[in-house]
Amino acid sequence: MFKDKACIVGIGETPFCRKPGSGLSEMGIQLKAAVAALEDAGLKAAQIDGILPFPNVGKAEAFAASLGCENLRFAATLHMGGAAPVGSLRMAAMAVSSGAADYMMVPGGWNGYSGARVRETAANDVNSIPGGEIARDFYMPFGLTAPPQWYALMARRHMHEYGTTEEQLGAVALAMRKHAQLNPAALMHGKPLTMADYLASPTIASPYRLLDCCVETDGAAAFIVTTVERARDLRQKPVYIMGAAAGQPYPADEITNRADFHRTGLTNAAPEAFRMAGVTPADADFAQIYDCFTFEVIQQLEEAGFCKRGEGGAFVEHGGIELGGRLPVNTHGGLLSQAHVLGIAHVVEAVRQLRGEAGARQVPDAEIGVVTGWGDFGDGSIAVLRR
Amino acid sequence: MSENALPCDKPLPALTGLYGEFYAWCRDRELRFQRCTGCGRYRHVPREICAHCSSMEWEWARSSGRGTVFTWTEVVRALHPAFAAATPYAPVVVEMEEGVRLLSQVVDCVPGELAIGMPVEVDFQPVSDAVTLPIFRRAAAAR
Ligand SMILES: [Zn+2]
Repeated sequence: MFKDKACIVGIGETPFCRKPGSGLSEMGIQLKAAVAALEDAGLKAAQIDGILPFPNVGKAEAFAASLGCENLRFAATLHMGGAAPVGSLRMAAMAVSSGAADYMMVPGGWNGYSGARVRETAANDVNSIPGGEIARDFYMPFGLTAPPQWYALMARRHMHEYGTTEEQLGAVALAMRKHAQLNPAALMHGKPLTMADYLASPTIASPYRLLDCCVETDGAAAFIVTTVERARDLRQKPVYIMGAAAGQPYPADEITNRADFHRTGLTNAAPEAFRMAGVTPADADFAQIYDCFTFEVIQQLEEAGFCKRGEGGAFVEHGGIELGGRLPVNTHGGLLSQAHVLGIAHVVEAVRQLRGEAGARQVPDAEIGVVTGWGDFGDGSIAVLRR
Repeated sequence: MSENALPCDKPLPALTGLYGEFYAWCRDRELRFQRCTGCGRYRHVPREICAHCSSMEWEWARSSGRGTVFTWTEVVRALHPAFAAATPYAPVVVEMEEGVRLLSQVVDCVPGELAIGMPVEVDFQPVSDAVTLPIFRRAAAAR
């Protein structure tokens, strides 16, 4: 148990861009975010003795050598796709509270727009596709090749069982876009969206339209975790990790044969995280929910316990997840309208909110916040944070 | 995928190991799933061991070939260059009478006619000398 023993003490982010690209390598852009996080925390790189890189975008050894972390003693990569950053937040808390490391760096980023596009790498590298050879031999020959298609199968089934509507998916897209209008760093800042725009956008993989999909982005972010004791000497007001957990669907490597088709990694992880934190979903002042596609927000709100299964569609309607609503979700604009930097920006935004540094999009007096990750075929991670 | 991407061959199963055995049956125009001889349960995708009873004994049991549509997605914009010319097409999850589900396509039905619960039956589509894919058609009664 690491409840309240660890905290986030530094955050860093690069600008987000599409055309013409970041102009940096994927390691370079992540190093820039890592340096910003060190600066934010008031730490020297040499003090970092643990690094948890995101899968497939850089190795801990390279980060350590580039930054000057001479005493690296804890390094690992969680193979959970977009659930990795919040899973790594949990692992960082475990590491510092057990003494395995003193200062953990969690970097992540990519040239998701100008580099190898997600939709291509997912289809061409059997080692990076969730399910690996299963996807190669049983999905790809039938044209199921990329994330929106995998998750569309889940969304369609949910719509069938619970009556979730296309307009409810649209409500998620609109909420994220509305929040992005309050965030000058968001790629979709200055580009408001209406339901008519949403419904007119072209289908990618039904029920997903273009505007159900996140924005492929060049960008990076990073955060630093240490113990509560060490945090006292640092620059920033710490953000405490009250509880965190991660989980997998079953089977995790194959989408179609799940006895409970809607059970994801979050289904078991969320109760564990809230139990550890000693709070309930109703206590959260905001939630940053991994929003690779619109339905995944509805699904995670349900599986995390913010509402019952089948009620997520109604939960997101009528401004329910907008600032001022019952649960502001993705106050930065999320992957859908800020930028897709692998979910790390969700952690950064949660920290900003709990420090009271979110500017025009600040949730008044935010005290407790939740952040989730979703990856691969439904891996899940969650953290409950407080100021 | 760039707009002027060259045509490329569709991805095919590698035909190795147990997955290869599954497709060898398809080449003989038979849909077979592993059935555990310990507890009698069917399973798909092929695995070395039964997750229910841990038995490593199993047989390739012939499927009735009948099932229903469990879920689907209509791909309008291909996200793999090999499928660009095939759009729109619909990957479909079929729930078989034996209880297992598999991903395939219903080939005699435009995506707009697909519905969850629609009865379908297996057919076989050779796509190369070595590979035959199990595909589905509307069940005779539903045509
Ligand atoms: Zn068995």
